[in-house]
Amino acid sequence: MIRAALIACALMTAPVAAQELVRDFGPESATETLRLRSTTDIAVLGPVIERFLESRPGLRVAYEQWGSNALYGLQASDCAAGRAGADLVISSAVHQMVDLVNEGCARPHRSAITAALPDPLVWRDELWGVTREPAVMVYNRDLVPPAQVPRSRFDLLDLLRPTESPFRGRVATYDIERSGLGYLFAFADSMEATTFGGLMESFGRSGAVATCCSAEIIDGVAEGRYLVAYNVLGSYALVRARRDPRLGVVAPLDYTLVLSRAAMIPSTAGQPRAATQLVDFLLSPGGRVALEQALLIVRLEDGDSTALDLGGAAETLQRPIALGPALLIALDAHKQALFRARWRDAFPETGGAAP
Amino acid sequence: MAKMRSWSLKARVALAVGAVLGLGGIVVLSVALAYGRQAAREAYDRLLLGAASDIAASISIRDGAALVDMPASAFQMLALAPEDRIRYRVTGPDGTTLTGAEDAPAPPRQEGTGPVFYDGALGAEPGRYVAVTRRFAERSFSGPVRVIIGQTLRARQALARDIAGGALAVLATAGLAIGLFAWLATLSALRPLQRLGQALARRDPVDLTPITLPMPREIAPMLGALNGFMGRLDRQAAASRNLIGDAAHQLRTPVAAIRAQAQDAQEETDPARRDRLLARIHERSVGLSRLLDRMLDRAMIIHRSDTAPRSAIDLRDVALEIYEALEDAPGGAAIRLDLPPGPVVVRGDALSLVEAGKNLAANALAHGRAPIRLGVAREEGTPLLFVRDGGPGPAPAILEGLGARFASHAPGGAGLGLAIAREVAQSHGGALRLGPREDGFEAALSLPRAVA
Repeated sequence: MIRAALIACALMTAPVAAQELVRDFGPESATETLRLRSTTDIAVLGPVIERFLESRPGLRVAYEQWGSNALYGLQASDCAAGRAGADLVISSAVHQMVDLVNEGCARPHRSAITAALPDPLVWRDELWGVTREPAVMVYNRDLVPPAQVPRSRFDLLDLLRPTESPFRGRVATYDIERSGLGYLFAFADSMEATTFGGLMESFGRSGAVATCCSAEIIDGVAEGRYLVAYNVLGSYALVRARRDPRLGVVAPLDYTLVLSRAAMIPSTAGQPRAATQLVDFLLSPGGRVALEQALLIVRLEDGDSTALDLGGAAETLQRPIALGPALLIALDAHKQALFRARWRDAFPETGGAAP
Repeated sequence: MAKMRSWSLKARVALAVGAVLGLGGIVVLSVALAYGRQAAREAYDRLLLGAASDIAASISIRDGAALVDMPASAFQMLALAPEDRIRYRVTGPDGTTLTGAEDAPAPPRQEGTGPVFYDGALGAEPGRYVAVTRRFAERSFSGPVRVIIGQTLRARQALARDIAGGALAVLATAGLAIGLFAWLATLSALRPLQRLGQALARRDPVDLTPITLPMPREIAPMLGALNGFMGRLDRQAAASRNLIGDAAHQLRTPVAAIRAQAQDAQEETDPARRDRLLARIHERSVGLSRLLDRMLDRAMIIHRSDTAPRSAIDLRDVALEIYEALEDAPGGAAIRLDLPPGPVVVRGDALSLVEAGKNLAANALAHGRAPIRLGVAREEGTPLLFVRDGGPGPAPAILEGLGARFASHAPGGAGLGLAIAREVAQSHGGALRLGPREDGFEAALSLPRAVA
């Protein structure tokens, strides 16, 4: 099976180790335990879970933090084997979540709260978008003069065009072969506008760096190794920018991709009732406040509370990555191969260059 | 009375309309469902085919291998059924999967090059698939590449339900309208019956005259029958009244006379006179009994005239029967028959006619002069049953009152006989004619011709 092969590949590239981190929330004496598997850092989502448990003394949440590809593989095999595993899965690799739902691995749930979700953020009443995280550009405030701060992709293209540009070799983005999220953003970009073709070409010519993982990229910008990082997940960037005055964050003005981490209840869930409660909580006003505090919901409409430089990014410029079967194309074997080949043209030596 | 009440007309109409609507509803619903399913299937099959063709068009040959540059438009097309899961697969000439899900079922048969639609499972749900084949004939790659794409049926079912639901809503509206109109129509159709009922209820109990109300054609026969029934009741009641009246009137005098003579006889000591008195009592008793016979005959005839079935009869047979009946009567031998050679057919009751004729002949025997002729004739096409005698007939003053019930000027109830004859003639739609002729006097029943 192609998909199985893909998963195997993914498992080989990702660390074969199971979950990265585990933490239990809630009282030891709780009668029910909800097993939550997520790609989100426990440190980020933990406070939200604690808020959820405040009013549920009888419930305990076993939080497992996973890499997205490993989580996808695990859920797919759980589903195929009919094995009870997670009660709720939340992943930023929403294309993988769409695939799991498309394979019939999810359990439907409908409530007044889920029904109020806009169409792009719910699919089949089995998959819900719980966060709002823009893909942003991060720059170094010390090294990039305000006049040169790129407000859009066109600005970035213009910065990279001169052969003597100081930005040459100092623009970073996710390595799509090592970051599922990077692949998703790049793929969404390629679907969104032709600008992406030019950008890739420009990245390739100017020797831009593709590397792994949000933290490392943001560190590089803060330390001045990179001047600009493209398509960084806004939630991570804003957390860092709050504490680090060297970091500036821009939501691109031409359009801003907005990722909603997707939550689903596996069909094999042992505690579906508690899982639906957590879903409803995450979508409820109280849950949204908690997610906003965790910067998992970034309000692009009012920028004064955050370090985000909006430049007036209106809602019409937001491109939510819609949860729906169209995302399946991102998982197509040939499409992936073609896309990676195109990527490889722009970043021929990524693997070696990455520190 | 309660037992006689059957289903009300409104209930019958409601039941009929309900049955029609119910059956029609089932038929329309099943047709609408089938149509909706068909329409939804066609619509979404086209979508599937569009997506599959889109994918097939995006296949290119690179380095001797088929490469699918999966078009986003194909998935966007399928996303028009937003709640449906998707499964696709592209296979090479040797049947290996190039891209997509291995578990997408292959089409049931492979004939022709056109697209093949088929049903198949999509995980645990039923799904609908299409297979489109594109043939390559490149130097480096040759053979068919098949695109299989399928989706679950939620959108199809929703559309089918929508279509059927719409049809049902229309039917329900039409049903309500039909029901309302049927109710109004029933009300309006029943109104004449109500009017008739009220008219009957308002009537004086002894009023048996015909009801004259404008009635629809369908109800008019009923009113006619009702009026006919009342007419018969009226005549019979009148006949009974007449009988009682006649009896009282006609019997009182003879009975009083017999009583007086019987008293005289009781008191008479002379045996010879007493014998004479007794003889007179006997004579009067015989007359009385004859009178009673006539009266009963008449009552019977009048009763018959309303109830006896009418049939085609030859008046010559009637005349013969009268003749035979009177042959043995005193003076009966003097009667001569006068019959035409051909039949004279009327529609009527033979017994009544014979009785009427006997009465006329008996009158002639009692009061007329020889020769007495009993006969049948046609006068300007009108059948006649006549009795003629050679006498001048009764005086004109007497003639005036003859035929009425109480005109019993002659002893033995001759007037009653005429009355019977008149009743019979009238109940047959004819008349009793009495009148002098050049050679005597004639009493005749003129009857309408039998129609066909």
